[in-house]
Amino acid sequence: MSESLRAPHPYVRSMRGWWRRDPFFVRYMLREATAVGVLVYAVILTTGVVRLAQGEDTWNGWRAALRTPWSVLLHLVLLVAMVFHALTWFEIMPKTLPAIFIGGRRVSAATITRGGWTAAVVACVALVALAWWWGS
Amino acid sequence: MTEPRTVEIRVLRYHPQHDAQPAWQSYTIPFDDDTSVLQGLLYIKDELDGTLSFRWSCRMAICGSCGMMINGKPQLSCHTFLRDLLPGPVRIEALAHFPVERDLIVSAGGFVSKLESIKPYLIPREPRALAAGEYLQTPEELERYEQFSACINCMLCYAACPEYGLNADFTGPGVLALLQRYNADSRDGGRAERMPVLNAEEGVWTCMAVGYCSEVCPKRVDPAHAVNQNKATSAADYFLRFLRPKRDRHE
Repeated sequence: MSESLRAPHPYVRSMRGWWRRDPFFVRYMLREATAVGVLVYAVILTTGVVRLAQGEDTWNGWRAALRTPWSVLLHLVLLVAMVFHALTWFEIMPKTLPAIFIGGRRVSAATITRGGWTAAVVACVALVALAWWWGS
Repeated sequence: MTEPRTVEIRVLRYHPQHDAQPAWQSYTIPFDDDTSVLQGLLYIKDELDGTLSFRWSCRMAICGSCGMMINGKPQLSCHTFLRDLLPGPVRIEALAHFPVERDLIVSAGGFVSKLESIKPYLIPREPRALAAGEYLQTPEELERYEQFSACINCMLCYAACPEYGLNADFTGPGVLALLQRYNADSRDGGRAERMPVLNAEEGVWTCMAVGYCSEVCPKRVDPAHAVNQNKATSAADYFLRFLRPKRDRHE
């Protein structure tokens, strides 16, 4: 055996930057990142509750802060993130459920996803209608 | 006569005794409309460079031996055609996330031990005499596990799973799909023996629900469905154990 031969060793490739290797992974990371948007909005709403508890002036201050251009811009970004979050959430919902059979036939993944989207749209419209009715 | 069409194939090569790390090597090969990537590699091995190493067997997408990264995606090379990868060059490397033994050959030992750990065979609920005849199943009982039984152990789903790349201890999509194949079978009674694998940290809970495993599966097994539906099963198993008699607990 030649002197230059090394003991055989399997080569292990690095995982550095793995999420940039495929558009599928980029979309996955984007989906997961929108969870930060959920957190940010939860913090904003919780702040509102705390401000309300502190009295009328602080409550009005919080409401005024919501109307600033930066706040409106942030809310637009959060809205886009939430829509993407909801779409992708229901896309993977069929993976998390056991096989569902109705009348002996299996309910398809696409039907489950569309059911989720429909429920989300109905819930949003109902909530906006309720807020509208309450406010008027 | 017209000149044969040619395409450049770049292979990430690695010799375990000569090389500190893999390096790309380029070959130009003739091809036709029905030339698979595997046939292209066989042409290289037969005509250009006999040292090129890769696994293959059936050439018809059922043995699961010839999986590799083709232009960065895990695919069966017998099931992928050069005509769809034009104009080239076509980049080929060993299945991602596995240690490379040589050229396009990866170590499958870890996968095989995980496969053994889930007891991938029917464990009858009770002893059954031959005279009792065959088991009967309704179409619904068959459909509950049939898609998972289509797995050919090609390991493409592992090459698609970043979690497995980051943590080689993860039981992984293919093996967990086969676990579900047996657990979901109405003839099987081995669930209690498999639950510890499923419930473990390296079982379903390591999965981050990327879902790429199901995209690349050549047999539409949908391993992401097998893994993620079992997160609920595992959670139920954890909490319901307090209600079960001690002998039936799976922890």
